[in-house]
Amino acid sequence: MIPAPFDYARAESLDHAIDLLGSSEDAKLLAGGHSLLPLMKVRLARPSLLVDIGRLSDLSYVREDGDHVAIGALTRHHDVANSELLRTSVPIVADAAEQIGDPQVRHVGTIGGSVAHADPASDMPAVLVALEAELVATGPGGATRTIAAGDFFTGLFESALAPNEVLTEIRVPKTTGGYSYLKFHRRAIDWALVGVAAARSNGSVHVALTNMGDRPLRASGVEEALAGGADPAAASARAAEGTSPPSDAFGSAEYRQELAKVLVRRALEEAMG
Amino acid sequence: MTHVSVTVNGESREADVEPRTLLVYFLRETLGLTGTNVGCDTSTCGSCTVLLDGESVKSCTLLAAQADGRQVTTIEAMASNGDLHPLQEAFRRNHGLQCGYCTPGMIMAAKSLLDENPNPTEEQVREGLEGNLCRCTGYQNIVKSILDAAGSMSGASA
Amino acid sequence: MATAEKFVGRSVLRKEDPEFLTGRARYTDDLSVPGMLWMAVVRSPYAHARVKGVDLSRAMATEGVVAAYSASDFEWAGPLLMAWPVTDDIKNPPHYPLTATPRYAGDGVAVVVAQTRGAAEDGAENVLVDYEPLPTVTDVEAALADGAPIVHDDLDTNRSYTWANTIGDVDKVFAEAPVVIKERYRVQRQVPNAMEPRAIVVEPNMASGHYTMWSSTQIPHVLRTAMAIATGIPESKLRIVAPRVGGGFGSKLQVYPEEALALEVARKLRRPIKWTETRSENFVATHHGRDQVQEIELAADEDGKIRGYRTKILANMGAYLRIIAPGTPVLGAFLYCGAYEGEAYHIEITGVFTNTTPVDAYRGAGRPEATQAIERAVDALARRVGKDVVEIRRMNFMPPFTEATQSIGGLMIDSGNYPATLDAALELLDYDQLRKEQQARRDAGDRKQLGIGFSTYLENCGWGPSRVIGGVLKYAGGGWEASTVRCHPTGKVVVITGATPHGQGGETAYAQVAADELGIAVEDVEVLFGDTDIAPSGWDTYGSRGAAVGSPAISMAAKKVVAKARKIAAHELEVSEEDLEYADGTFSVKGAPDQSRTIPAIAFSAWTSHDLPEGVEPGLEESAFFDPQNLVFPFGAHICVAEVDTETGDAQVLKYVAVDDVGTVINPMLVEGQVVGGVIQGIAEALYEEAVYDDNAQLMTSTMTTYAIPAATEMPSVVTGNHVTPSTTNDLGIKGVGETGTIAAPPAVLNAVVDAVSHLGVTEIERPATPERVWRAIRDARGAQGGGA
Repeated sequence: MIPAPFDYARAESLDHAIDLLGSSEDAKLLAGGHSLLPLMKVRLARPSLLVDIGRLSDLSYVREDGDHVAIGALTRHHDVANSELLRTSVPIVADAAEQIGDPQVRHVGTIGGSVAHADPASDMPAVLVALEAELVATGPGGATRTIAAGDFFTGLFESALAPNEVLTEIRVPKTTGGYSYLKFHRRAIDWALVGVAAARSNGSVHVALTNMGDRPLRASGVEEALAGGADPAAASARAAEGTSPPSDAFGSAEYRQELAKVLVRRALEEAMG
Repeated sequence: MTHVSVTVNGESREADVEPRTLLVYFLRETLGLTGTNVGCDTSTCGSCTVLLDGESVKSCTLLAAQADGRQVTTIEAMASNGDLHPLQEAFRRNHGLQCGYCTPGMIMAAKSLLDENPNPTEEQVREGLEGNLCRCTGYQNIVKSILDAAGSMSGASA
Repeated sequence: MATAEKFVGRSVLRKEDPEFLTGRARYTDDLSVPGMLWMAVVRSPYAHARVKGVDLSRAMATEGVVAAYSASDFEWAGPLLMAWPVTDDIKNPPHYPLTATPRYAGDGVAVVVAQTRGAAEDGAENVLVDYEPLPTVTDVEAALADGAPIVHDDLDTNRSYTWANTIGDVDKVFAEAPVVIKERYRVQRQVPNAMEPRAIVVEPNMASGHYTMWSSTQIPHVLRTAMAIATGIPESKLRIVAPRVGGGFGSKLQVYPEEALALEVARKLRRPIKWTETRSENFVATHHGRDQVQEIELAADEDGKIRGYRTKILANMGAYLRIIAPGTPVLGAFLYCGAYEGEAYHIEITGVFTNTTPVDAYRGAGRPEATQAIERAVDALARRVGKDVVEIRRMNFMPPFTEATQSIGGLMIDSGNYPATLDAALELLDYDQLRKEQQARRDAGDRKQLGIGFSTYLENCGWGPSRVIGGVLKYAGGGWEASTVRCHPTGKVVVITGATPHGQGGETAYAQVAADELGIAVEDVEVLFGDTDIAPSGWDTYGSRGAAVGSPAISMAAKKVVAKARKIAAHELEVSEEDLEYADGTFSVKGAPDQSRTIPAIAFSAWTSHDLPEGVEPGLEESAFFDPQNLVFPFGAHICVAEVDTETGDAQVLKYVAVDDVGTVINPMLVEGQVVGGVIQGIAEALYEEAVYDDNAQLMTSTMTTYAIPAATEMPSVVTGNHVTPSTTNDLGIKGVGETGTIAAPPAVLNAVVDAVSHLGVTEIERPATPERVWRAIRDARGAQGGGA
């Protein structure tokens, strides 16, 4: 299948990319392209202009920044998964990156592209929400703003990014306490039927869910129960609270809610064990 | 049209193509390298796997323009001077193929896998093939072939 | 020098591999012809509609578009071939390549022809079709209900046919039996998904009126006849080439609308035409498999000895009857008793039209359905009478036999030894220990429970004999196979076969058979096939007939070569034919072994023809047609050990053992490859794959992301064992092996999954046993038991 015709421009710099993005009403950014190109091939997405930011190598990095680790938006899943810094300082991020797609996808797909796509079924958003990560957006004139992960995902494939903004950096707090990213899927290559990110930090445990609503969801009921002293088994009973998972070819909403309880318990046992 | 210049199997190849040209069709139709196959539309099956700067990628989910200025290696370059690559030898020795359609993608995925991890366990090989589907072999002999190749390659370099 | 080494029985590495391994194999989409145009098909998004108008003007105005046509632009000489009218009163509305009344989502309504692949897709997008949607039905039972939407409005029913067969006094046996069990199963629809999507290239020669069609097909010979019927182009002017074919599994055992369309468009435009299916199209436009609702009853004694079988099948045909669709369930109609004895047998099959993609043969075709019914029902009977599943199988097996023997299902079986394969399979794992571990996990209330499932299957394959399939079975085609063996003057041999392998390794296996007959090395044999100008006769490869019907034809032709060579050798050695001994490719004079002639030497003599005996024609080349006298009947025992996570419902296969008896084995490596590949496909059938339609008859699982073909990550290794009971159907003793895996594996897996959770009260899990289905089954059973485990 061939995408509908489009114009193509390669951004030479971040500013250039933002200019190009503003030059056409339905321009789209192309990073790795692994979220966008499949949609274009079935012609569900038909941008008039593709702005290729894949060569902006200065947006590909993982570096220490005080009590955070800063990840450039164009860092590939493969590099996130294999980053020594992340493995030691925020291992859940590396662990989740390794569970995305397959090796070929991880060799091309980028963390920024995946996060900006705001697919509630993809893995990294829930991890970032659980970690209370910060997402840095850059707009015209180089203006940057920082958006809390919990505010970034605003709906199904919708984010807080303005049309002429580019997600440039993901800042995750160092979290070396127990953690778990559990993903239930039938095939390794499948999207998560349900995913659970649990991370312990400074005595509290944060839990977020993949594919349990139109965006990654914080499992507040579970966290509240844990804060009140509940054990994983008791706390996980509240995993489905406030969720509205889809019913689709992969599973019903009812099943997903039950799975969420089981997976939250297992993730908590792993993170707190 | 977009001008792309790609080093394919060590040779510099250039062409003006429609921006929407996918890398796999650039290889197959512009360059006539038909060894790389297309099995799906959804980046699922891995039949189109080639190496981009030495790493496995799905060439159906990349624009030719994204490969501009980079190195692409396809199945056609795996044998040299008529000698099969150890992976190709191992696939033959272990009956790692039947209809052959997924085979180029499997071999390129395996090449990338072994480059990253020369001595994988069976489980690591299976995980490394999570993005490649085969309908004929049941995977067993593919996995066996890759483990066999890993053995012969590490033996050769030891 | 003759070689004493035999090739049959050895794991000869595949002759065909190097070209696949190096990317040099040519599949249809790899081919280009100068001046070629691309075709794209416009498909109805509605599963049932009336086309009120087709506006081609925008498509024609699209950059690169050369032509566009709708259904009314074509006049067909005949419909697409439907070759198996199983009953005299079968309803078979003719099916043409394009329609103004689409009856499934994906039915073609127009075609666009353009200069590039992309432009053809652009043009197809710009064809404006005015549809009046009509009501749809997808489920067989709903389709037969009063007031159901009618798929073919010129019929007053969705029932296409009912085929039945009765042996013995079924009513009496059931009335008198102390135990009767009745099971109901749904055999889900599957999408075959050969890795290579279909592709077609047509090159017309407008000066001579000849057409060459390259197509990714299993059946070039059948296709040639079918294209002549559909287009009126004489067969003598049609050359069909199946180049390398990237898997078929039955899905390329078909005559497709696009094949006829490409031919007609090439004729209209006088230009070569290429069409390549996308995977998305493949999901809706290439035929599907399975899709039955089954009711099977067993009548038995208190101890589980089976007396009678009574089965009722509703088989979903989809929107049209395709090439052998009505016969597909009939292929399994004699196997609803498995390998077991009995006194009475009844089967009734009803074929039903629905607004879905047509259903036809998929690896196993009718036999996986039958096997899953009987093997699961036997487990249900074991539960009912409180017997171990191994024990109940043993007590019901037909006893071993080496001469053809009648089964209660109505088959004359070539040979069989069912207890032997079960014994062999049990030797490959520790059954008692597994049962102990299962009990321990049950006692401990482990989260992960263990199950052991058996499938002691029997099947019929090796499609032939013509007299039978064309007689009682009403199949329109033949079941023979053809071969030519040609000895070149330099000693090299070409074997031409009408069986058309497409990945199974036929080139190597056939070369082994010919090499042994002629006493030459397998490297000296080239096998040609898949081109109707090179191999003009044959019935192609499906139904596990390549080895069982194709190789005897090769053996026969080679024997004819040897017979002719004997005449020439006798003449040259100045002895009578009776004075010659033949072994390993060499004729030698009895008592004077130094006086000899090899086949290559005789080939040279026959070529120069300087001194041939009186009445012997030049050349050393013979052809043979082999029409078997019976089918062949592989059997075996498969055992699956599965683990079920009782919290999530996730089922994983921990161990899988397969012992198959496929008669004489030409190449053990190839046989193992067929078994393992089939078993994994069968495990995928049991646990993963399902085509799901929504209420509007839209296929929900229409990509490889939603239709779950498992990868290496999900699948186990298979432990294989072999047992040989030579077939009495052919001189080589060969049975078939292509389909045993998909026939045997699904019930072994499902029985294991049910067994793992049977102590929780679960007696049945619908296929495929997805985590959600297993979870629901456990939950429902616990609910029924009043909670708790």
